[in-house]
Amino acid sequence: MSEPPVLSLRDVKKDFGPAKVIQGVTLDIAPGERHAIIGPNGAGKSTLFNLISGLYRPTSGEITLRGKTISGVKPYRINRMGLSRSFQVSNIFSNMSVRENVRCGVLYSMGYGYNFWRNIGNLIPVQEKTVEILDSVGLIDKADQSAALLAYADQRTLEIAITIASGADVVLMDEPTAGMSHSETDRAIALIKKATQGKTLLIVEHDMGVVFGLSDRISVLVYGEVIATGLPEEIRNNALVREAYLGDEAELPGVEA
Amino acid sequence: MNQQGTVLDTVSDLGPSRRAKFTRRVLPFIIMAVLLIVIPMLGPSRTALSLLNAIGINIVFALSFNILLGQTGLLSFGHAVYFGLGGYTAMHAMNWIEYADGGFWGSYPMFALPLVGFAGGAFAGALIGWPSCRRAGIPFSMISLGIAELVAATGLIFVSFFGGEEGITGDRMNGVEMFGLNLGQVHQVYWFIAFWTFVGTVAMYAFTRTPLGRLTQAVRDNPQRVEFVGYDPQQVRYLAFIASGGFAGLAGGMSAVNYEIFTPEALSLAPSGLVILMAYIGGIRYFAGPILGAILLTYMQTNLSDFSEAWLLYLGLLFIAMVLFAPGGLAGVVIDVTNRLGKPGAVQQFVKGLVAVATGMIAFFGVVILIEIAVRLTNGHGEVFQPFGIGLPSTSLMSWAIGVCLVAIGVFGLKFTTKQVGER
Repeated sequence: MSEPPVLSLRDVKKDFGPAKVIQGVTLDIAPGERHAIIGPNGAGKSTLFNLISGLYRPTSGEITLRGKTISGVKPYRINRMGLSRSFQVSNIFSNMSVRENVRCGVLYSMGYGYNFWRNIGNLIPVQEKTVEILDSVGLIDKADQSAALLAYADQRTLEIAITIASGADVVLMDEPTAGMSHSETDRAIALIKKATQGKTLLIVEHDMGVVFGLSDRISVLVYGEVIATGLPEEIRNNALVREAYLGDEAELPGVEA
Repeated sequence: MNQQGTVLDTVSDLGPSRRAKFTRRVLPFIIMAVLLIVIPMLGPSRTALSLLNAIGINIVFALSFNILLGQTGLLSFGHAVYFGLGGYTAMHAMNWIEYADGGFWGSYPMFALPLVGFAGGAFAGALIGWPSCRRAGIPFSMISLGIAELVAATGLIFVSFFGGEEGITGDRMNGVEMFGLNLGQVHQVYWFIAFWTFVGTVAMYAFTRTPLGRLTQAVRDNPQRVEFVGYDPQQVRYLAFIASGGFAGLAGGMSAVNYEIFTPEALSLAPSGLVILMAYIGGIRYFAGPILGAILLTYMQTNLSDFSEAWLLYLGLLFIAMVLFAPGGLAGVVIDVTNRLGKPGAVQQFVKGLVAVATGMIAFFGVVILIEIAVRLTNGHGEVFQPFGIGLPSTSLMSWAIGVCLVAIGVFGLKFTTKQVGER
């Protein structure tokens, strides 16, 4: 890791009253890295994402994006700095069509901030980018459907499409395959791989097959602390990790091999 | 070149076709313009023209309110504040024009007075919106209510600006003429109102088609997600609030020219409440909804009050009935009926619908009888309610029995018929 980290957490803590949910996380993510966060339920994975993306403000510690502090910065500002995230529960604009959903994600990055004098239908670059994204995620045929009427897996795909629409080069994905069947998961992972090519990806995922197949490095979060960070091989053979997962998630794939 | 061609083709293939765009976005405005031009050719009376002028003002006012409620999801209980402040600004400008000695106001046409109202309303929106838009939902509504009370009270305190209880008056027949209109006669004022109603409606529709207009809908549906696509929902709400205040001020400016008087009553809770009813009864989920609501309620306000002392009661009943049975408002009902028309079994459904409406009318007549005899019993004028020449004295038990029976027949009939429609 000779390059400076694109995303860096320094002793980040988050308390909710007496509950210490994140108890000092230090983590460096290199540019272009695919980094998975795993851990048992309630370990604080989603809270960690909420801290990085600006939904919560850390109780203490510092988070930097390309050297600039983002802890305590509003989510929309962090997004404009090139960090985008998806949600564990589909968080889409359900009264709009699929196309309009993606277009909302595209608009700001194309420089049409709070524009109120241009007809949105005449913004050709915006339409082109929207089509390009719809095409790349495979939702082009459903472009004019109402987002609320999409099948579950398609809603998850739309969630990913909105997340990558702004072209942010640091992408956080919170359990993108939650609730999907095996074939849907495979398709979603292929999509994520393609869409985050050359970008930095931080992903929370429960499916260990996906985690070990996708990530360059893995961090294990247990009770708000990172107990191990390393290459998939190292994590697989780490005694602490195996202990944390015993009885909970049965076994790590390939451990016995 | 070729590749770009295909991308552009896909772009135009997506979304509505040219034809659909024309019928949905352009044709309604052509029809509106034609209607506005044709109406005076039918030779309407002076009363009809004054009613039309009042309708035009309320259309713009109700549409401006719906930028907040329908589009951005903000329920304001004090929208008349922006109508009133815009109107007062326009009223003062009217007097500046009259007493101008050359200069800016000396060359300002009275016809363009609504633009002054727009500026006044937008300025008030920018000022008041700053604290109000920090919150959405119930806190926003409560703040709007507080501000409405505050401004209404202020209206009676600052006499130099608001003119005390008598308000401010002016004379619209001054300044530079535009389109050869001196705004003297009511039919001249009609052209002025028609012009600004059309311009206001087109402008507010265009606003929904801009990036900001689209984002207001995104903020209404999911403010959290908006934050994660790079937008500050607070800022989106604030800008929508200013736009809404501006168009309410435009309506205020139209009203200033139409009535040549503005009183602090225009700022009060009564018009703020009426605009909620207009938008909701018309249908807040549709752009055209508030237009229908404004037409119906203005008509009721002017004409029903001639027929019954209790017209506000009917208005309340209409509102409750709409909320309970047709939450999509008048526009929702129209769209629902047209959607069903093309489908198989449409004739049968239509007949059943008519039967339901007829039974509903029976119940409604019953309610009218009960209300009217109750009013006559309590107001002490000793009049007798005489629908279709049949005398129904308030003191006779028979009158009450007829009323109750009609309501009962209607309600049971309605239950029976709607059940059948539902089973189909």
